[in-house]
Amino acid sequence: MALENADIENIAVLARLQVPATETSDYANSISSILALVDQMQQVDTEGVEPLSNPHDATQRLRPDEVTCDNQRDAFMAIAPATEEGLYLVPKVID
Amino acid sequence: MTNKTLIQISDELSAGQYSSREITQDIIADIRARDAQFNSFITVSEELALEQADAADARRAAGHAELLTGVPFAHKDLFCTQGLRTTCASKMLEDFIPPYESTVGQRLLATGAVCVGKTNMDEFAMGSSNENSYFGAVKNPWDLNAVPGGSSGGSAAAVAAGLVPAATGTDTGGSIRQPASFCNLTGIKPTYGRVSRFGIVAYASSLDQAGPMCTTAADAAVMLNAMAGFDAQDSTSVQQDAADFTAELNQPLAGLKVGLPKEFFGSGLDPQVADCIMAAVKQIEALGAQIVDISLPNLELSIPAYYVIAPSEASSNLSRFDGVRYGYRCDQPEDLMDLYCRTRAEGFGKEVKRRIMVGTYALSEGYYDAYYVKAQRVRRLIKDDFARALAQVDVIMGPVAPTPAFDLGSNTKDPVAMYLEDIYTLSANMAGIPAMSTPAGFVNGRPVGLHIMGNYFAEAKLLNIAHQYQQVTDWHLQTPTSNTAKGA
Repeated sequence: MALENADIENIAVLARLQVPATETSDYANSISSILALVDQMQQVDTEGVEPLSNPHDATQRLRPDEVTCDNQRDAFMAIAPATEEGLYLVPKVID
Repeated sequence: MTNKTLIQISDELSAGQYSSREITQDIIADIRARDAQFNSFITVSEELALEQADAADARRAAGHAELLTGVPFAHKDLFCTQGLRTTCASKMLEDFIPPYESTVGQRLLATGAVCVGKTNMDEFAMGSSNENSYFGAVKNPWDLNAVPGGSSGGSAAAVAAGLVPAATGTDTGGSIRQPASFCNLTGIKPTYGRVSRFGIVAYASSLDQAGPMCTTAADAAVMLNAMAGFDAQDSTSVQQDAADFTAELNQPLAGLKVGLPKEFFGSGLDPQVADCIMAAVKQIEALGAQIVDISLPNLELSIPAYYVIAPSEASSNLSRFDGVRYGYRCDQPEDLMDLYCRTRAEGFGKEVKRRIMVGTYALSEGYYDAYYVKAQRVRRLIKDDFARALAQVDVIMGPVAPTPAFDLGSNTKDPVAMYLEDIYTLSANMAGIPAMSTPAGFVNGRPVGLHIMGNYFAEAKLLNIAHQYQQVTDWHLQTPTSNTAKGA
């Protein structure tokens, strides 16, 4: 399936990626060729074949609801780009 | 000290020929002297390594040394190392210092192994040539005009150059085996779930597995013993006691049934690579194995299915890089959307952005069933192919890659051409079976690896075969001429 520049602009918003106008056609071309490769699998009959999400067909293992580690807020906040008094700083969200 | 196997270094440490501090200092000096030509390291960890080495020497003096105590190794730069930056070869994580250690790292440190640094890789493990690195391409020690393979190309180059005896790698679609093949190493991707993924920066979570890259199969078995085992911190870790992967190394191969899938020997395979592989198979036959022709009819579908599943999972995993909690953040964001979009646009390289967009598209409303679910159905066909084949034979052999290492820059313009290089490796990740590469010859001075795949949890069998093959061949002991120029 060939993608247009408008498709790339839409995908970029969904993916939270700023794509400069000068790069849009390049992405449209390369991603279209990837989708053409991917579309080979559409010829295959997979009627009745169960999707495989884990090679062992394992399901999520649950653990007891117990505290297993200490609060490490200081360690995690120390590596953040911008914090203040134990909070992560982001640009104003609500006017 | 370089070009020694891991077991050799372990023995020499035991014999008191040198201390861990001495060999660690030598290795770090050697990396500083020689690595500029390969670019295999992103970070050298002198201070922490010497602390670990001193602790290892004290432990040995106290009589509690294990096999890996004091032995230096390197981590692919996507294993989180506490207090040591972990970049994933990305601008996004250029200054990221993890507050915790991966499970694999913890296990290796617990044995007393010494981490001397972090190796270069394709950014976020996306690539087959190690040319997608924010820190520059890695060169193959066998030929500086050739790629080392990817994505664990720095680990492969570092071991091949004799800078370290072993390195960790990860393999999502061939990223341990293909660079091992291109750099003349023994590398194994274990069964999915064998080695904990906790603390390894995620690419495609249903495919990612970590494993060792070494000179010999015996070394790889020792490393895997330290790395593998159940971990409650990884929800897909298999609840099974880790085997002793060295236990079967010396078993004879008499009666072994080896399957050769015709799809691994089709028109895309370089005839000279095919000759190397067939010569290796003949030698394994001479060791008592029986060779059987088999078929994996859906092999070709592993490329389209992989290039849906991996980018889809990557687009989800990499959504965590938002410029808020850690990693790169753009300057002067206007609003939250601008913060996200510019941080990610500036922090990620081109191939990473491309795969995020492919995955975002495949998972978007109206396309999910046609792409992601369809690929998961195809994935089961591939798994079923292996189940049928492995009911007939003990292991499957073939080439790791269609060609020896290609020239730097030769595949960078066309992502699809690069993806096709992965044809022989992707299927083992799709099925989740263990698979490895062992050195099997050279074409025009560039190494060729023999691919050995087996049933779930059969790593010890694969390592046994590689070890027996290495007893009657010396491909794995060949070293690049650049190694002879070193001082140590």
